[in-house]
Amino acid sequence: MMTSELVFVGLGLSGIDGMTVKALQALKECDKIYAEFYTSTLIGASVEDLEKMLDKKINVVYRSQVEEGEDILSDAAKMRVGFVTAGDTMLATTHVDLRIQAKEDGIPVRLFHGVSIFGACPTSLGLQPYKFGRTVTLPFLEMDYQPKSPYDHIKENKDRGLHTMILLDIRADELRYMTAHQAIEWLIEGENKWNEGLITDKTLICVATHVGAPDEKIFAGYPQDLLKMDLGTPLQTVVLPGNMHFMEAYALVDFAGAPKEIIEDE
Amino acid sequence: MGRKEDNIRIASKLMKTPQYVRNIGTAAHIDHGKTTFSDNLIAGAGMMSSDLAGEQRVLDYDEQEAARGITINAASASMVHHFEGHEYLINLIDTPGHVDFGGDVTRAMRALDGVFILCCAVEGIMPQTETVIRQALKERVRPLLFINKVDRMIVEQQVTKEMMIEKFSKLVAEFNHKIANILPAPLNKEWQVSIQGGTVAFGSAYNNWAISAPFMQRSGISFKDIFEYCSREGGQKELSKKIPLHEVVLEMAIKHIQPPVEAQKLRIPVIWHGDLESKIGKEMMTCDPNGDVAYMVNKIVMDPHAGEVAIGRLFAGTIKKGQTLYISGMPNQQRVQTVAMVVGADRIPVEEVQAGNIIAVTGLKDAIAGSTVSSMKDMDAFEKMTHYSEPVVTKAIEAKNMKDLPKLVEVLRSIAKADPSLNIEINNETGEHLMSGMGELHLEITEYRIINEHGVDIISSPPIVVYQESIKGANQNEFEGKSPNKHNKFYFLVEPLEPQIMAAIRAGEIDTEAKIKDPKALAKQLEALGLDKDQAKGVVEFKNANVLIDCTKGIQYLHETMELIKQSFEEVMMKGPLAGEKVSGLKVKLMDAKLHEDTIHRGPAQVIPAVRDGIYGAMCVAGRNLLEPMQHVFISVPPDFMGGAVNLITQRRGTILEMGQDGADSTVAAICPVADMFGFASDIRGSTQGRALWSTENSGFQQVPIELQKKVVADIRTRKGLNPEPYDASYYSGM
Repeated sequence: MMTSELVFVGLGLSGIDGMTVKALQALKECDKIYAEFYTSTLIGASVEDLEKMLDKKINVVYRSQVEEGEDILSDAAKMRVGFVTAGDTMLATTHVDLRIQAKEDGIPVRLFHGVSIFGACPTSLGLQPYKFGRTVTLPFLEMDYQPKSPYDHIKENKDRGLHTMILLDIRADELRYMTAHQAIEWLIEGENKWNEGLITDKTLICVATHVGAPDEKIFAGYPQDLLKMDLGTPLQTVVLPGNMHFMEAYALVDFAGAPKEIIEDE
Repeated sequence: MGRKEDNIRIASKLMKTPQYVRNIGTAAHIDHGKTTFSDNLIAGAGMMSSDLAGEQRVLDYDEQEAARGITINAASASMVHHFEGHEYLINLIDTPGHVDFGGDVTRAMRALDGVFILCCAVEGIMPQTETVIRQALKERVRPLLFINKVDRMIVEQQVTKEMMIEKFSKLVAEFNHKIANILPAPLNKEWQVSIQGGTVAFGSAYNNWAISAPFMQRSGISFKDIFEYCSREGGQKELSKKIPLHEVVLEMAIKHIQPPVEAQKLRIPVIWHGDLESKIGKEMMTCDPNGDVAYMVNKIVMDPHAGEVAIGRLFAGTIKKGQTLYISGMPNQQRVQTVAMVVGADRIPVEEVQAGNIIAVTGLKDAIAGSTVSSMKDMDAFEKMTHYSEPVVTKAIEAKNMKDLPKLVEVLRSIAKADPSLNIEINNETGEHLMSGMGELHLEITEYRIINEHGVDIISSPPIVVYQESIKGANQNEFEGKSPNKHNKFYFLVEPLEPQIMAAIRAGEIDTEAKIKDPKALAKQLEALGLDKDQAKGVVEFKNANVLIDCTKGIQYLHETMELIKQSFEEVMMKGPLAGEKVSGLKVKLMDAKLHEDTIHRGPAQVIPAVRDGIYGAMCVAGRNLLEPMQHVFISVPPDFMGGAVNLITQRRGTILEMGQDGADSTVAAICPVADMFGFASDIRGSTQGRALWSTENSGFQQVPIELQKKVVADIRTRKGLNPEPYDASYYSGM
């Protein structure tokens, strides 16, 4: 008789070695492992790499399978099932639903936190997590879906002097990942449409590319300058800083190449 | 100057003098020689003159013959004829020779002032002959009689002169009897035809000759001579030189059909329902070229270069190149690119055209057959352009030969434009297109046109009935639709839409196609129709005869999700939960919504299924109905055949509504489900020996009898490759 359990494991941001040692031990004890990479992907590692390291087969599941949750839960009722995602399983993603269903079905749950963009991005840039407002995601615009709320929220944060972490749309099933350039254009076009003064030529924007991976790069600059630069490839995250503490300004100049004038401004 | 150029010059001059214009058409029972007759007129009079040498005439004639397919498609031809010292412009329209669907026969008639009813000398007056007489009189178009195929009568039947005269007298009497019965006094007397009076002619369209009493006197050719010519080798050819058909017939038209100035006085009060005392009313009555433009589009022809060509009758005003005009039911003005008369297969552009003519206009992109075009913004239309959005029968068609694939799409587009009662769904991926229309016969005729007039061979599926879905009542508790990620929820109530609102949508008083432009005006209109004030304010959009109402207040992010909700609502209304048929008569109320904070987690992939399940589920709880299209059937038949006709109706789940008498005939009015009307045409022909005159009219949708619904639903679902059993409410709530 196997033990019924659902083990959530965050793999961290990159490589097969980005998870905690505890998480690794827990995965090794699992009878079956499911993984989803449609909400984000693990930089610099493939599913095969992970399988080789754990010496276990990994079942990659797609949106509908996770959303219906049937296979995962019915397996977890009979055995120890691992469910892994990049980053943390409960932060940017929506897997709390799976955890609630498991709880309602009487399946024991353990959570192994992973390094998440929510922590890594501010710290890489040297921005203080205390000063962030609500996070937004920029979606790819479609004919019937052109939300303004991300713009509004960034504006609200900015008006209150808070930084905004801006996540970029991931359509893993369509192999579409929004780039930092596209995100900056999204904001500029939004400004042209709504004209509320959020983005000007002197609005400082930060870009963090491949955060948590060995080839991590960070940038800070004005929109038109950033558009002319090579900012690397997705996965990327954008931050629009609010009022800066002097330490933050120094960090952006020293770590991310922000123009020196931002120090004098503080 | 060539003959054609000469004609064009004269014609453009004549257009300005309506007393020298005649607008005529031809109509007949099938195979009584209508096409040959029209060709004779076009070829004989339009393109060449008798004073030109024979050789050129032959050449011209051949060209014309070769272009015949186009001529007939062009549907209209203007020609010049010389009579008693003056030139006349004759505008000829070909009326479609079939049962009237969506009003195209009526429309063609409406453009005319007179019509030649062709009747085969051997067969006499047939049911279809009767019908076309009725159609003409209804539009106050004067019918003249042409007895055709006289040569056949003489050669094949070997009749004597006396027999022929007797037969003709009978025919004329029968023809006059119809006129006397239908028209009010004094027209019922004035429009009687007679051989002596020159309002009847006879001859052979096939052999290009004809004669009338006045022509007999003038040419000295008697009945006896005709017999002699017909029985002699080459005799008819001589006849065609001595008494060419077009001369006899055009003379008849000039003498006995009123010029537009006179005809419109008589006709406008019958064919137009606006105020005759209004300015435009008076201008049409007097055919005033200086008045506002009143132009009725009779037909749309697609031209590969010019695009949509509107052919129709100008009742008042002058249309100039470059002018902007309003099209009934359309908000924006459109610019006239060219104005032209139609001469044979060609359109001859002119600078302007005056009232009283039949002309071709390009540039009116929004016009469809039946549109009223005017310089006035709100002129009363000749016909109310209702939305023919409820076709009842569908066929899948595809090109027989691969090479015709692109041509078929082109043909279908032009056919859809010309016939507003036809609904075409083009599928370029599969090449299998859907064609929906007003009945089995309607689609058969359209297929015939595609094959014979447009020259594209097609394969078609058997006809399929178009059903609709609706609901029995309302769901009491809000039905919750969840997004796949379970982070978004939408709550719906559904109920049947108020009948007054349905009626307003059907009558075209509420525009369900366009985006809602003025929500306040719409809310007022809906409130007047009995909709609760709060609901009227919350109307988001219409789809078919369904409405989506937002009853929520102050839900964050709902506005940026609304387009997705609308999209999903539209999809559901096009594909009901019972059998995937269109939904009709539904009021969908969005009562509440819970949305995820982040844009990505409430995107299209989440919202569309959530809304769909919410509405489907609410419909399941409210109780789903399948509706089937019904047709009114009107039959007119000699009393002896009445029993057979009534039996046919009752065998087809029909209900007899009324039985009566019309002259010597018995009449039946009944209502029948379209599903059981397939094959009716041949059955009724069989059971009444072809004596029945019948027509159908779509009369909306009715609930499929409860005992049949389950089976019909299973059949439709199976045909569509779905599980025979529809899903229930628990499925849509994610249980």
